[in-house]
Amino acid sequence: MRIELVKRPQHSILFSALSPVVALILTLLFGLVLFALLGRNPVTAMYIYFVSPLTEVWQIHELAVKAAPLILIAVGLSVCYRSNNWNIGAEGQLVAGALAGSILPVMFPDFQNFMLLPLMMIMGMIGGALYAGIPAILKVRFNTNEILSSLMLVYVANLFLDWMVRGPWRDPNGHNFPQTIQFSDAATLPAIFPASGRASWDFVFALVAALVIWFMMEKTLKGFEVRVMGQSPRAGRFAGFSSGRIVIFSFVVSGALAGLAGIATVSANINQLQPVISPGYGFTAIIVAFLGRLNPLGIVVAGLVLALSYLGGEAAQTAIGISDKTASVFQGMLLFFVLASDTLIYYRIRIVRSRERAGEVVHGHS
Amino acid sequence: MDAERGNVGGPLLDVRGLTKIFGSLRACDGVDLKINRGEIHALLGENGAGKSTFVKMLFGSLEPYSGEIWWKGEKVRIASPGEARRLGIGMVFQHFSLFDALTAAENIALSLDDGSPIGTIAAKAKALSYSYGLPLDPYSLVGDLSVGERQRIEIIRCLLQTPDLIILDEPTSVLTPQEADKLFETLERLRSEGKSILYISHRLEEVKRMCDGATVLRHGKVVGHCDPRQETASSLARMMVGSEVNAVTRPPVDARVDHSPLLEIRALSRKAATPFAVPLRAIDLSVKAGEVVGIAGVAGNGQGEFFEAISGEVRQEDAGSVRISGKDAGHLSISKRRLLGAAFVPEERLGHGAAPLMPLSENLLLSRFATDGKAFLGPLGTIRTATIESASERIIKHMDVRMSGKDPEAAALSGGNLQKFIVGRELDRQPSVMVVNQPTWGVDAGAAARIRQALIELARAGSAVLVISQDLDELFEISDFIAVMHNGTMSAPLPIADATFEKIGLLMGGASPEEGHPVGEAA
Repeated sequence: MRIELVKRPQHSILFSALSPVVALILTLLFGLVLFALLGRNPVTAMYIYFVSPLTEVWQIHELAVKAAPLILIAVGLSVCYRSNNWNIGAEGQLVAGALAGSILPVMFPDFQNFMLLPLMMIMGMIGGALYAGIPAILKVRFNTNEILSSLMLVYVANLFLDWMVRGPWRDPNGHNFPQTIQFSDAATLPAIFPASGRASWDFVFALVAALVIWFMMEKTLKGFEVRVMGQSPRAGRFAGFSSGRIVIFSFVVSGALAGLAGIATVSANINQLQPVISPGYGFTAIIVAFLGRLNPLGIVVAGLVLALSYLGGEAAQTAIGISDKTASVFQGMLLFFVLASDTLIYYRIRIVRSRERAGEVVHGHS
Repeated sequence: MDAERGNVGGPLLDVRGLTKIFGSLRACDGVDLKINRGEIHALLGENGAGKSTFVKMLFGSLEPYSGEIWWKGEKVRIASPGEARRLGIGMVFQHFSLFDALTAAENIALSLDDGSPIGTIAAKAKALSYSYGLPLDPYSLVGDLSVGERQRIEIIRCLLQTPDLIILDEPTSVLTPQEADKLFETLERLRSEGKSILYISHRLEEVKRMCDGATVLRHGKVVGHCDPRQETASSLARMMVGSEVNAVTRPPVDARVDHSPLLEIRALSRKAATPFAVPLRAIDLSVKAGEVVGIAGVAGNGQGEFFEAISGEVRQEDAGSVRISGKDAGHLSISKRRLLGAAFVPEERLGHGAAPLMPLSENLLLSRFATDGKAFLGPLGTIRTATIESASERIIKHMDVRMSGKDPEAAALSGGNLQKFIVGRELDRQPSVMVVNQPTWGVDAGAAARIRQALIELARAGSAVLVISQDLDELFEISDFIAVMHNGTMSAPLPIADATFEKIGLLMGGASPEEGHPVGEAA
């Protein structure tokens, strides 16, 4: 017996649209099983995981805090993925952006004026873009596999950050803790509604980025170029587009947005550099991008869903003593079910029993 | 096996009321067809008539909605191509099902389930290919082969399985006359061996010459069964199309038009990009305003490389080796060459001339954003969807492109209709230089006539038209001069009045007409 995937002659448009919802429902169902196996009441655990983090206004702010970097990064990644460039290294570009954006507040703490925050954000974007440019140039010049090179550069960036906060940038008055000096107030991204919670302007950046990238992808020649090169590179070359240019462009855009996410989250929430500044936003954003069907507007919704999984993990840890690693389990299941639903929209499963098949052939001849 | 003997008198294949429905479209609607042993049976019909759907059901790659298939007197259900092959049905597809990254022999081995070593398969394939006049290097990579050579692999692969019924989908569309003649000999030999053939073709002359019976489809329904020998080409065409096909007319070149050369190629050379590619060797050619120059040649003699060099998908070292509208274009990109007035139609429709999953309107933008930027693009490079859609509708109407729904994906159109759109997309901007590779490959008679007529009209209106084709009938129908590509070289163009099938056929085989005998095949 073997299992085959057979391509469907035509795919259902209804299910293409519903696929993320189906994936979410399946994830929740398997979540119930997971909690039951962990010996908790599944319904209570589900409530704590997915509902309790949304019951108070300050918690909605927390949701925005977590969602902002996810959306920013995933929107950039969608440009890469739709052009068929597999940037897996957004986590490293986030760190590179955080480092570049922290140059002013760490090395020139006395430089404090209205220009500081914009400069920090721009430098963060440049840092992320340059760092993403490395795998892009390697791919264009040497045909290097960008999945491997971008992923490995994540570890380089993380270790470089680690070295910076323990070495050159360590706070001299910080009791030897591996961290930089605190950012001044002028270098801190302010909250949008300080009265009710700490959600800061990076959430607004994320929404603007989603709108701008959506407009670019759907309404401009540049977006058309990205989509053609992703779907059908030979037709793209016939059109007169250059594949090398599009590799660089998509990596630079996604790197810049990851870098912005990095410096914004450091400036708004952490206020200094530490050895670890992200709970894996750059990797989770890959799930966000696919759950949002690589559509920037869908990514905004998907970003909020995945942000909830982070908050639920924390809530479940404090309320019922489940490890917050369950958040990773949920994220993993979600990606699995999204990809599985997408596959089953284009293919159907056929189970071939070898004996039955032999029987049919005999029948055909006799 | 006893059953086979018991059924010697009856038809080999008897299809009754076969129906396939896609959504609201009845692609095949109650199709009946009988094939006897040792019969070559033609399946005729325009693109979109349901021929491909029908044979896919016979070959087990599509499941019928209703109807019966009787094979050797037994009712059978063909659930997969593997099962079809085991029953003794072999198929040569129009759109090849080969893996680019594997060699010819490896591709053949994949479809044989017997686990013989690759060397044995290669030797068998080579022997068979030469004995049937379809020479094939079993160790060449499929990705480096031309369309014509790929088809040979498909035919050899099918023959190796010694089927009782062979389905051939448009087999001669990429062969030289001499090659096609050899294929006909092969088919006749197979017939004399008692094998049956289901032959799908648009070439009515071939069908008349070879086939014992014919079934004509129109809009998914059988229009009639007939003996093609009793019919004329035009009566067959009338059955297929439902109305008369207009013959292509070629008015004389208007002497008053300015006949300055618009496309000049001077000593164009290009090294082979891959081990199997053909290098171009010092090609000289010029195409004047008002005329159509045809380039004949067997598949894989450098036509693809030549097209890429002219279009600018690959640029030249010497700026003067390609001149468009009197300007050096060798260093220019394809967009810049388009801005000089040139337009290009590549051989492969899906994936080269058009992005398969994009709607027609976006495929219009694909080749026109540079030349029609003012009309199609707004500030910041925004796309003017409404303008493009109305331009696309204009082309669809002008070229009579048939499709379902508004602005469908390119892949949803039949080959002929997509080709009409792709040619129409370029004609719509009245290019001064038009370069077309295989304008009507796999396109039905009605659509092909339309495309050819449009190319002639473009030339007579003052443009230079260069047509690369493996279809000699087509070249004789539309060209004012014919040149031949062989092994990367280009013969001097012959005026159409001096050109004969025999002369061109010899040039295609590598001989010069003066010598009259083939020059040794360069490896």
